[in-house]
Amino acid sequence: MNNVMASRKVRKIHPKKFALWAGLVSIVMMFTALTSAYIVRRAGGAWYEFDLPDMFIWSTIAIILSSTALHISYKSYVGEQHKKFKRLLFLGCFLGLAFIVFQYLGWQDLLAQDITINRNPSSSFLYLITGLHVLHVVGGIGALGIVVIYARRKKHQVVTESRKLRLELVFTYWHFVDILWIYLFIFFLVQQ
Amino acid sequence: MADINIIEEQLHGHDHHDDGHDHHDDHHGDKYQSSLVDSYLFSMDHKNIAKQFLITGMFWAVIGSAMSILFRLQLGFPDADLSWLQPLLGGWIEINEQGQGVLAQDFYYALVTMHGTIIVFFVLTAGLSGTFSNLLIPLQIGARDMASPLMNMLSYWFFFLAGVVLFISLFLNTGPFSGGWTAYPPLSELPQASDGSKAGATMWLLSLVFFVVSVLLGGINYITTVLNMRTKGMSLFRMPLTIWAFLVTAILGLLSFPVIASGFFMVLFDRSLGTSFFLNEIFVAGEALTDRVGGSSLLYQHLFWFLGHPEVYIIILPAMGIVSEVLSVHSRKPIFGYKAMVFSILAIGVLSFLVWAHHMYMSGVNPFISNIFVLFTLIIAVPSAVKVFNWIATIWGGNLRFNSASLFSIGFVSMFISGGLTGIFLGNSVVDIQQHDTYFVVAHFHVVMGVAAFFGMFAGVYHWFPRMFGRFMNETLGKIHFWGTMISAYLVFGPMHYLGMAGVPRRYYSFEYFENFSQFDAMNAFITIAAILGFLFQVVFIVNFFYSIYRGRKQTDMNPWGATTLEWTAPINAGHGNWPGEIPEVHRWPYDLSRYEDEEFVMQTVPLKEGEVDGGH
Repeated sequence: MNNVMASRKVRKIHPKKFALWAGLVSIVMMFTALTSAYIVRRAGGAWYEFDLPDMFIWSTIAIILSSTALHISYKSYVGEQHKKFKRLLFLGCFLGLAFIVFQYLGWQDLLAQDITINRNPSSSFLYLITGLHVLHVVGGIGALGIVVIYARRKKHQVVTESRKLRLELVFTYWHFVDILWIYLFIFFLVQQ
Repeated sequence: MADINIIEEQLHGHDHHDDGHDHHDDHHGDKYQSSLVDSYLFSMDHKNIAKQFLITGMFWAVIGSAMSILFRLQLGFPDADLSWLQPLLGGWIEINEQGQGVLAQDFYYALVTMHGTIIVFFVLTAGLSGTFSNLLIPLQIGARDMASPLMNMLSYWFFFLAGVVLFISLFLNTGPFSGGWTAYPPLSELPQASDGSKAGATMWLLSLVFFVVSVLLGGINYITTVLNMRTKGMSLFRMPLTIWAFLVTAILGLLSFPVIASGFFMVLFDRSLGTSFFLNEIFVAGEALTDRVGGSSLLYQHLFWFLGHPEVYIIILPAMGIVSEVLSVHSRKPIFGYKAMVFSILAIGVLSFLVWAHHMYMSGVNPFISNIFVLFTLIIAVPSAVKVFNWIATIWGGNLRFNSASLFSIGFVSMFISGGLTGIFLGNSVVDIQQHDTYFVVAHFHVVMGVAAFFGMFAGVYHWFPRMFGRFMNETLGKIHFWGTMISAYLVFGPMHYLGMAGVPRRYYSFEYFENFSQFDAMNAFITIAAILGFLFQVVFIVNFFYSIYRGRKQTDMNPWGATTLEWTAPINAGHGNWPGEIPEVHRWPYDLSRYEDEEFVMQTVPLKEGEVDGGH
């Protein structure tokens, strides 16, 4: 009996990590609703077609690189390579900011072609979905900002379980918004 | 940042893994709750947050039901002079040519809208599941607090914020939102459509967005706590049915509320940024809105009811869980068919996502699609009937204690049967052609999810009042409250079925000009009198509640009802952390009542005897 309990304990996910995943489920539901509404409305006709701005390709590259950098950064933190951890953390943050800038430039491109938010539901959906996504990215940047503040402290070089957990929570969220964007980007491409 | 450290420490208190620094010893309560503000206002103790949800819910219940009395006055006594209400309602009481004060027509719609919004969301979602999930989840599964007490506190304060925004909107010059609690476009989107669709609608949407945040923060916490923080031995099938119900409720909320949030965002975009997600071919006052085309209002209805239908189960499931627990304890019998109860909760949870379009049979959805939704809707009757059968079988042959808690539970079963049966009528898309938008629908959902859920809530309050305040509520007043409420509820909603069968439409301000419907004036007056009576009986409850907090009979026995569950192993008026010593360990299922000759009940903490088989398995 005791052995069973012990092995269960090991498998058990940390409550905070579980809570994060539950939260991510709710975000998934929100974007599922929006993209399903998109499909339903598009099938209804009177749908203005336009090309996605090229900037979205750059933003996709930026956020994938950002996730990669943060992933290696986490590995370095666990491996106690503090310098490498910090450098990659800053790089990841920078690329995250770059993503937001590219999204903004993408919207500017669309506006230059007179594809405004109220032109047609097709453009309304694009602005709404990408806008809500960027809001989630901004939240991620905020969390990364706190990580950066902590990373600059000397004390932080000591790797502890709770610090590892906190990093993991923030980075998991970041990878999530990354994957969410890839899904949305492919979704828009397929729908075109 | 300090807050995060507090949680960190509390968490580590649970997990007992240390990372080098000392953390507080949670055996002696919570050292952070030193001041009045910390312990009562910004409390992170789940027990205090539960009380905050309950009392805020009661505040809103009073406002919400008082509103229903106002519009019932209009329906029952359209010729009465309401000018005496002018000091309270000001311009909403209009003086007509005869010098008679009548309810303004716009205000009638605002009242109906606010009544629905307040009761559905603020009272029966936050007030019910917020109160009892918070109180019971940690106590019944053996946890010192929620997974994240900070998020739990935020959940309450987002609810509070939602309430503040909605409350302020009641005082707007143009009035609160008046487009119905479902906020269908275009009425909810076009400010020129009505006064209530101006600032009132924006504030309604804002309030509801805050509310969604509150539900999500709470729900994430409830799910995490139930799945991750159970004490040793508390396997899933040893959880009381309350916990099963709260778990499934939280999952439903987590999956459905984000969907309506996206719907609300789209309405907000349509309102403020000129998009046309839900607008198409609209004429307002003879003028075509040529720049607002291309949207589909049906799309909003799909998004809304994808939340809206699970929402009614979010309301009723916690009540079902509470009733299962209360009936079992006060019948001194194990719940009949524990596993069937669990699986029917799960089945209801799954099916609740497959029936949303039964709210839209008459909205122009394809009739062939309706057939599928009819099928799933009628299938829900199966798990519901299983539950009803099991409640009755639980009482059957039991050693019943007829106290307020068990009476309200039995009342719940009665209401659920009455309201459930009319649901079978309405679930048929063909019958619905006749009955949609009549008082039959009003009667159906008020009985099955309004009154029934309130009864579940009352049962819970009477039963767990000692757990919350260390005192008992007055039984005599409780019984007066029960019989008064039970009788007046049937007197209000019984005749409404008849009105609906006769085709009387809901949402009408007056039937003066309809020969067919104005013949029911006397019946409407009767309903209004019964409603006022029912409202007055709730005053008995409120007086009893607050009087008992301070003057009620003191609880001396730690387990006054002879229940088996863990919440009664914690000391009376337990501090933050619930148990002064170790968290109790669980050895058996929660319903060992009258199982042995020599022991009337066996608590979950008592180890199994030699050769004894655990009841739940």
